[in-house]
Amino acid sequence: MTSDRRDFLLTAGKLLIVTAPAAAYLEAAESGQAMEPAYKMADHYWGMIVDISKCIGCGNCVRADKAENNVPLEPFFFRTWVERYHVEGGWSEHPEVDSPNGGYDGFPEKYAAGDGAKSFFVPKLCNQCAHSPCTQVCPVGATFETPDGAVLVDKTYCLGCRYCIQACPYGCRYIHPATNTVDKCNLCYHRITKGLTTACCEACPTGARRLVDLKDPKDPVHELLRTHMVQILKPHMATGAKVYYNNLDGTVR
Amino acid sequence: MQKFFKDKEHLVRMAALFAAGFVLFVVARAVLVPKGFGLYGHYRAGALADNKARPVVHAGRAICGDCHTDKRDELATGKHAGVGCEACHGPLARHAEDPSTLKPARPEPKTLCVRCHLANVAKPKKFPQIEPKAHYDGGDCHGCHASHVPNKEPTS
Repeated sequence: MTSDRRDFLLTAGKLLIVTAPAAAYLEAAESGQAMEPAYKMADHYWGMIVDISKCIGCGNCVRADKAENNVPLEPFFFRTWVERYHVEGGWSEHPEVDSPNGGYDGFPEKYAAGDGAKSFFVPKLCNQCAHSPCTQVCPVGATFETPDGAVLVDKTYCLGCRYCIQACPYGCRYIHPATNTVDKCNLCYHRITKGLTTACCEACPTGARRLVDLKDPKDPVHELLRTHMVQILKPHMATGAKVYYNNLDGTVR
Repeated sequence: MQKFFKDKEHLVRMAALFAAGFVLFVVARAVLVPKGFGLYGHYRAGALADNKARPVVHAGRAICGDCHTDKRDELATGKHAGVGCEACHGPLARHAEDPSTLKPARPEPKTLCVRCHLANVAKPKKFPQIEPKAHYDGGDCHGCHASHVPNKEPTS
């Protein structure tokens, strides 16, 4: 077969016309598939901000959490709860702490105004530790830190040995009576991976709790951490807790 | 061949035993270690999907506002702008998915409002609080205040 330059250029041109749309189509199809898993773990690192000076102890977070996450309604099963601190004289080694039904029904007034004590509410939840003691002690790898900064429980793998309940310095875990496996706040992983905020943050009327994405440079958490006096719970335990408390009193345990 | 194995039978037996043990280990490991274990760390990767699979119960204020645009815009003008819809109306994802199946009940203002605004010494001092008996003597909150756009001074 002979071919001159003219034939060659003609054939090449035809080929280009055919392949260009085909390539574009393939590319579109591929990117369409890539769009499917919209949530990328590598893009997020979750935590929470709790502003003590905004918490009014209404218990909305506790109720919302129990509704969202199927937590038994009896007292002593909580993924999040609210404590009321009453510190005589403004400082005490052993402040008076109460949490009637975890704050589920609010806090009936117990103290008189002007009794010379300091009172405030402290919402508590799993601190989503970066170096979590509960993960370290789990004998079967049923609890773990995800790459996006949540500490989750594998219910199908948990033995119910309760070792993690003893290990958690914040008391954030309980055995679910229905499954006899451990349960705790998973930062509403089913919500945050869909672009929603957690149930407790959704229900908090004062904005005392805010879900934060530490990997998002536009997240207001960075400004808050820079401009406020922020503390985590039990920093001496080096748990790498990612629930940051604004205006936290030193008496809080 | 016969000559090679002579006086080495004990070694062959040992090697066979080791080989059998190794095969048993590999088979047992393949059977016992769940799928995806070790993909991200010392845990089952599928557990992440399990955690994600829980149904959403709170729809979120953005979803509410998609339909109830009037309420959304009204709420944004007042002191309750930062309060999510479901903070007062309760979890309503089922209503958001199919409004016909679940009609949300209207919250009872007498119990709802005091949930937040009942006076308590542990509440932040700046937060508006009332003693119900002294404040309205059993009246209805809505008689004076609008819950979506609350006004501090009562309207007559």
